[in-house]
Amino acid sequence: MTGSVDPLAAFFASPTVHAALIVGGFVSVVAGIVGVFVVVRGQSFAGHALADLGAVGGSGAFLIGIDQVAGFVGAGIIAALLMEIVGIRRIQGRDIATGIVFALGLGLTALFLYWDTTTGSTGNAAISVLFGSLFVIDQSVVPVIVVLSIIALLLIGAVYRWLLMDSLDPDLAAARGVPVRLTGIVFLIALALAVELSSLSIGAILSTALLIGPAATALQFTRRFGPALVASAGLALASTWIGCLISFESYYWAGRSDNWPVSFCIVALIFIAYVTTRIARGLSRRRLAAAPVEA
Amino acid sequence: MFASFMINTWTAGTIVAVVAGVVGFFVVIRGSSFMAHAVPHGAFAGAAGAILIGADPLVGLGVFAAAGALTISVLSRRARTDVITALTLVVMLALGALFLSRSSQYSGEVFALLFGQVLGVSTDEIAPMLVLGVVCLTAVAVCYRPLLLSSVLPDMARARRVDPQILGIVFALIVACATTTSVPVVGALLMFALLVGPPAAARLLVKRAPLAILVSLLLTLATVWSSIALAYLSDWPVGFFVTAVGAALYLASRVTAGILRRRQAPAHDR
Repeated sequence: MTGSVDPLAAFFASPTVHAALIVGGFVSVVAGIVGVFVVVRGQSFAGHALADLGAVGGSGAFLIGIDQVAGFVGAGIIAALLMEIVGIRRIQGRDIATGIVFALGLGLTALFLYWDTTTGSTGNAAISVLFGSLFVIDQSVVPVIVVLSIIALLLIGAVYRWLLMDSLDPDLAAARGVPVRLTGIVFLIALALAVELSSLSIGAILSTALLIGPAATALQFTRRFGPALVASAGLALASTWIGCLISFESYYWAGRSDNWPVSFCIVALIFIAYVTTRIARGLSRRRLAAAPVEA
Repeated sequence: MFASFMINTWTAGTIVAVVAGVVGFFVVIRGSSFMAHAVPHGAFAGAAGAILIGADPLVGLGVFAAAGALTISVLSRRARTDVITALTLVVMLALGALFLSRSSQYSGEVFALLFGQVLGVSTDEIAPMLVLGVVCLTAVAVCYRPLLLSSVLPDMARARRVDPQILGIVFALIVACATTTSVPVVGALLMFALLVGPPAAARLLVKRAPLAILVSLLLTLATVWSSIALAYLSDWPVGFFVTAVGAALYLASRVTAGILRRRQAPAHDR
């Protein structure tokens, strides 16, 4: 150990890590909060599709040389509106609408990436758009991401009561005069913002993990909305930061000169958390069932 | 376009279209489009892992597709299917990212697995596709009645002693088998688009099951054939054409279905 740099000190000294922690922190809190609504409303597929569809904007922006963030966010919002237009309120029909918009978007991605690789020499464009990495984030996008995550939270806050009612009982909400359609659209836009942000930070595909995983875990151990929001945001934040740390430190023990991808570390943590709570809940349910009923 | 080196492409495309047309019909009536996306997309990680350890990518793909399908159907028993599907997909993709980071010469092949390289099919690839495709269609044929019943009338199926969970697992494995048939050749994206787009269009036009499967088959074949032709002529990726044709078909049949309904409605009133 003598002479080598203390790994932990190196972690906190690196400016790359600072950017990763700040961006990752904002993104994961927003994803954790929005995710609770996504899980309750059963819109995981839409959430995942929007994350992937950011890649259309990402690859398209690559092609015409505009800002990648603008491409991601623009594509996400357009896709969200399209889904709402095609959309049907029954979950089954909605999933098919999502699937068709999603497939079309992926097809466009294939086309854009093809043009990217033929016009320029960006052979790895596919990989960087799809997988991304917290550790290669551009410092200049940090303020944009912070501002956009605040906007996403404000949108959710603005329709919070309507959203809550609509998520729990759409029929009751409609009867009470909640503008259901408007609520749905505002929510999808907030979802698009949150998801595109995490697409940029941990990659288009893996951002689904931050959206669904912590929220599903939180909803395992509390059914109340407020605590679920807090727990989900906390879990998302913790798994992102610990994932960053593990990925950074794996450089020292992975054996090769390469470290483990940060997205892999974060997703693994999120999945472990989910499975653990699932098992714990299963055990406690069994114990409750087995316990003799006291008079 | 019909030169000798294109024969394999047409054959492979036809096999994929037949499998996707039939399986896709059930994907649409069961509302499993998320699973139809997750299994092919996640399975590519298996291929990446297989290449890393020097195994046949087809084996890795099959193992991951089956494992993913089983995880989704087993874990969904006590939780929402969409949440489980998302989590399973994400874990498989994260493993894919890990495998990719361990090997260095892979990005071209990843592009092929995700988006498909239909124009470069070799003869050795046709035989396993054909076998898997036949297995898949046989499985659908064997489970046809219970599958249809539990998809359309789940309560009735339960009354007839059809276990919906076992059937769910069987169906997930059928999707996995269809995935393994097609992904090495046409890519995950293309398979997903074929499983959802043309069958959804067929479902809008025809309600009766055997006929709807036939229409779904024909639409899928039309999509694949026209896409191969367009890709050959323009040199653009075939995945783009498949998704665009699929979406156009869906849009067209929605408009048609709307017009038909409007024409029928006054007739009913009289």
